Amino acid sequence: MSGHDSKYFTTTKKGEIHELKEELNSQFKDKKKDAVKKVIAAMTVGKDVSMLFTDVVNCMQTENLELKKLVYLYLINYAKSQPDLAILAVNTFVKDSQDPNPLIRALAVRTMGCIRVDKITEYLCDPLQKCLKDDDPYVRKTAAICVAKLFDINPELVEDRGFLETLKDLISDSNPMVVANAVAALSEIQESTTKLIFDLNSNVLFKLLAALNECTEWGQVFILDSLSRYKAKDARDAESIVERVTPRLQHANCAVVLSSVKVIMQQLELITSTDVVRNLMKKMAPPLVTLLSAEPEIQYVALRNINLIVQKRPTILAHEIKVFFCKYNDPIYVKLEKLEIMIKLASDRNIDQVLLEFKEYATEVDVDFVRKAVRAIGRCAIKLERAAERCINVLLDLIKIKVNYVVQEAIIVIKDIFRRYPNTYESIIATLCESLDTLDEPEAKASMIWIIGEYADRIDNADELLESFLETFPEEPAQVQLQLLTAAVKLFLKKPTEGPQQMIQVVLNNATQETDNPDLRDRAYVYWRLLSTDPEAAKDVVLAEKPVISDDSNQLDPSLLDELLGNISTLSSVYHKPPEVFVSRTKVVPLRDEEELEVESGPEESSGPAPPVQGLPTPTGLPKPAPVNDLLGDLMGLDVNSDGGPAPASPAARTAPPKPILLQASAAQGLQISGQMVRKNGQIFYDLTFDNQGTVPLDGFMIQFNKNTFGLAAGSPLQLPTIAPGSSAATELPMIPLQNLPPPGTPLAATLQVAVKNNQQPVWYFADKLPLQAVFLEDGRIERGQFLETWKSLPDSNEVLKELKDTVIPNVDILLEKLNASNAFFIARRLLKETNQDVLYLSVKLPPNLPLLVELTFAVGDPGVKVAVKTSSTEYAPLFFDAIDELIKSI
Amino acid sequence: MAKSGAASAVFIMDVKGRVLIWRDYRGDVSATQAERFFNKLMDQQSENPSSNNPVVFDDGVTYMYIQHNNLYLMAVSRQNANAASLLLFLHRIVDVFKHYFEELEEESLRDNFVVVYELLDEMMDYGYPQYTEAKILSEFIKTDAYKMEVTQRPPMAVTNAVSWRSEGIRYKKNEVFLDVVESVNILVNSNGQLVRSEVVGALKMRTYLSGMPECKLGLNDRVLLEAQGRASKGKAIDLDDIKFHQCVRLARFENDRTISFIPPDGAFDLMTYRLSTQIRPLVWVECQVERHSRSRVEFMVKAKSQFKERSTATNVEIELPVPMDATTPAVRCTMGTATYAPEREALLWKIKSFPGGKEYMLRAKFSLPSVAPEEDTPEKRPPIRVKFEIPYFTVSGIQVRYLKIIEKSGYQALPWVRYITMAGEYEIRVI
Repeated sequence: MSGHDSKYFTTTKKGEIHELKEELNSQFKDKKKDAVKKVIAAMTVGKDVSMLFTDVVNCMQTENLELKKLVYLYLINYAKSQPDLAILAVNTFVKDSQDPNPLIRALAVRTMGCIRVDKITEYLCDPLQKCLKDDDPYVRKTAAICVAKLFDINPELVEDRGFLETLKDLISDSNPMVVANAVAALSEIQESTTKLIFDLNSNVLFKLLAALNECTEWGQVFILDSLSRYKAKDARDAESIVERVTPRLQHANCAVVLSSVKVIMQQLELITSTDVVRNLMKKMAPPLVTLLSAEPEIQYVALRNINLIVQKRPTILAHEIKVFFCKYNDPIYVKLEKLEIMIKLASDRNIDQVLLEFKEYATEVDVDFVRKAVRAIGRCAIKLERAAERCINVLLDLIKIKVNYVVQEAIIVIKDIFRRYPNTYESIIATLCESLDTLDEPEAKASMIWIIGEYADRIDNADELLESFLETFPEEPAQVQLQLLTAAVKLFLKKPTEGPQQMIQVVLNNATQETDNPDLRDRAYVYWRLLSTDPEAAKDVVLAEKPVISDDSNQLDPSLLDELLGNISTLSSVYHKPPEVFVSRTKVVPLRDEEELEVESGPEESSGPAPPVQGLPTPTGLPKPAPVNDLLGDLMGLDVNSDGGPAPASPAARTAPPKPILLQASAAQGLQISGQMVRKNGQIFYDLTFDNQGTVPLDGFMIQFNKNTFGLAAGSPLQLPTIAPGSSAATELPMIPLQNLPPPGTPLAATLQVAVKNNQQPVWYFADKLPLQAVFLEDGRIERGQFLETWKSLPDSNEVLKELKDTVIPNVDILLEKLNASNAFFIARRLLKETNQDVLYLSVKLPPNLPLLVELTFAVGDPGVKVAVKTSSTEYAPLFFDAIDELIKSI
Repeated sequence: MAKSGAASAVFIMDVKGRVLIWRDYRGDVSATQAERFFNKLMDQQSENPSSNNPVVFDDGVTYMYIQHNNLYLMAVSRQNANAASLLLFLHRIVDVFKHYFEELEEESLRDNFVVVYELLDEMMDYGYPQYTEAKILSEFIKTDAYKMEVTQRPPMAVTNAVSWRSEGIRYKKNEVFLDVVESVNILVNSNGQLVRSEVVGALKMRTYLSGMPECKLGLNDRVLLEAQGRASKGKAIDLDDIKFHQCVRLARFENDRTISFIPPDGAFDLMTYRLSTQIRPLVWVECQVERHSRSRVEFMVKAKSQFKERSTATNVEIELPVPMDATTPAVRCTMGTATYAPEREALLWKIKSFPGGKEYMLRAKFSLPSVAPEEDTPEKRPPIRVKFEIPYFTVSGIQVRYLKIIEKSGYQALPWVRYITMAGEYEIRVI
């Protein structure tokens, strides 16, 4: 079977559209059909053929199924761009939905659901109603999915027309495929609302389990995925579900197997009988192993899931480690995942075999894989105390091969092994030192230097070794410099002789005077002070016993692990992240009887926490600034100016470009809303413009905000006059933070979900960006000394970096002015001579009281701004990066 | 929350990352977005070839893709979709298109874009996989050449519990062919230790049966035989894991180990199974390599058949990796022929017929260029691979005890059973 459709792709360029138009209107059926095919071919290669809309729609009324399908396909693609013309298609749709041929009825409903045009949606309801009760199961299964489509476009309509009830009835349908699709639709709808729609009670459960045996493989996946949400009442309930699901483990479809595993893993939590649990684990193991014979992409998903499963139930595959040994032709992504699981399953019993494998991998060609294999050996050493020595011997064997990156990786892991087992294996240091010259990667160098410093008293020529590194001190990366500094101090403390003393002097000089790295400089100063005031105290500090590191192979937090196990087989389990981290479409629709839209009324609303103090005066009460920061002094002068009154800040807001459109007129019966969040005089305002492009006057506007990251809520009711058709009205709605906070633990989001209502129209929902800069507090200025102190007191893990690749800062003074007006306060400025880059330090404060310390590195006029944020709550960092980017771009 | 989700669109792209055809299911991603992502991916891969994960997140969208010939098939989602299901679905799309166009490649897609759109519309709805039985699909979605004028209706099978077979099939002669095919996977490490051995078996069926036949298959499965109280009779086997085609009633199997089903028409895998007990490698290969500094390398290879003398391995091919820059081969072997295949960096030793209990030798010499390759990059060291087939033999000892076929018209059907064992992933690592 093969067609010859490629001829439709070859078209004459000139007058093509005109020609097509003529052919589309031809009275000959074949010519017409050919023309539609040409149109679809053009659409396929990305040409815009939307101008043929009317002509194509005219071909819709045809007996020819193939032609009809093509026209429908065209409609799906272009109806959105021609919403007014799309209405032309409605009649045929409605007619087709009553066609005697079920294929056509289903096609009509399926396609109508895909056309996201309001006018069409209204006409979809009657046909959908009929098709949900159609005699033919093929039509019903299509209609079931269509309810989910409609819900996405207009949830109110779905509720009003009682489609949810009909959909729930379909769970009792006699046809298993209809049940499966109804389950898929209900699950999806349930996810976009907080109201309980899809109640998995025992009655529903029974029906799902019955349909499970009969429906197609894909339908089984829908049903199993919804079953994983079922909370069993007790152990017996759980056991009875598992009993019905375990036969699915024998299904040839890997997705069915994984979804079954998900259900079983969930119910296992409730089952108390150890015999039953052991038996189930025994049943699950072979199917999990068989997944490794599937296509490599599916193996990858399976391996990511097995990684989770063995963290929860380590015994399940304890005897199967060999199945995770890598095959030569496995894709690298499969090999890397197998490696992770091998580390998790490694035990005293199988470690010899595992080490043999790792050793083989460490001599393969793929550098990334080789490095991970070497690291795996180290991780096993840390995990299995009794095998540590064998692991080290393998590492030493690998070092002898003298492949550069293998040696470096080995040294990095040996450093970790030393930290895990202090004072145990230092006999191998001599061997390590032989490779000293070949080290050229910062992490390997730093590791080696750490080892030398840590064991300086047992290495005879430790001073010589360090000396050799010191020659290149100024050129070394920061990581290596820091280690060199510490190692030199350790050496001096352990061997306070002449050589080390000279060395320490050189290092301290280098680190305090020749460097631009504040971390290095500060650490050097700390050491210097310590050494010069009280060397004994220095010993206590520098040579203190270090906490022993531990095995990191089961690193997931138990509650996160449980959440991920509830998501087996989904993307969440592949990423090892909860869904809300990566799911961008989280539209939550409040359904009618769940929460009436209520308008904040009365002044008591504004009696929350007092609005932030306005125009904080210059910090005269603060300690005297250090003499070095004359620049800072200049800027304080600038502060006074801008703080003197709101005047400099507001013109920017006034002359701002048109506000972004939040609600499109075409989507909201002619009501267009545009607006943005602005901060003025220490208060947040939602600057909104309502534009009535419809045909009736609109009045009685109300607004409501969903719970959001900063708890913003309206500070007063929305005050708008009646807006006549063709006119618009603007308002500045005061906003109060911390009123409307989401439950603790909700991830931060930069969106604000808004509902607007008036007397004439249904409720409109839209989402706006929540610009972080709108909540920067006026009292966010920090004194320079305090800035440094805070910066140092926070661990490095609290620092988040991002490079804004395309952002350009044309002029520092204008930037500072802008930032200052936006409550991002200047602390200090530094010039990096080598790179001719500027470094700015800023402070910002978020409500209620969270300081952010900011470092901007850039070259004036060149694209690329490096932003570093240090704060105790790093989760705000991504929002901040967006905010600073916007601020910079707005100058 | 967000426990499930669906695909937003399916893309088929060429190697350059151009979208050839795509079907938008949810209107929340665009073709330009997909192309932009794909170019980014290709750039990344040329920088770092290891970064080829099949599931990638980029700018709020997850891309899941597989490669087939010179095409990429990609499912895209903005939700927490079922990754296993969507990736498997992409593979099924390949199967369906191959059934329709024989081969799936850029040309066949263009030549059949109308049918491709029709199929994508039928196989997935709103991002949820719906129906992927190629044989049944081709009953109501047809390419031009075969198109009939009568209006098509959805075959009953599409929504039936028996979704893989249509009613009203007629054959003059009712026959079933059942091939028991076992693949042996072994992994021998460079110390000559057998690290892992496994048998993956498949019961491959071709049915030419009229009507809706009820079939029942009996195997010498230990659990079944014991349940029936006849464990003592004949040899029984234990299978580690069994997977069945969707036509087999799984609940019934779970209850009494009966394999009962209404088969699809034509070829399908009724059942696959896995057995991971230690097995003696059927063909054992030992290889000694002598490197004479940088000038030449010598191989001494011994191949031994370790199965009963009454069986014979056929089409044996031993692929012996040689250094990439080896030249001027000089080969002698006691049986078969050996050819140097520089494009595979290997010496291929082929033995047409290799009876059980025999041992053959091969000696090969290669010259090496005196210029040393760049140091520090370790040599690629692929394992020795072996291919063979042994007819009338299974490693597991699985036996089909009966295949009963009952159809209401009462015809007699003839089952034909064949057994064969072959090498699967057969890797012998070398030092």
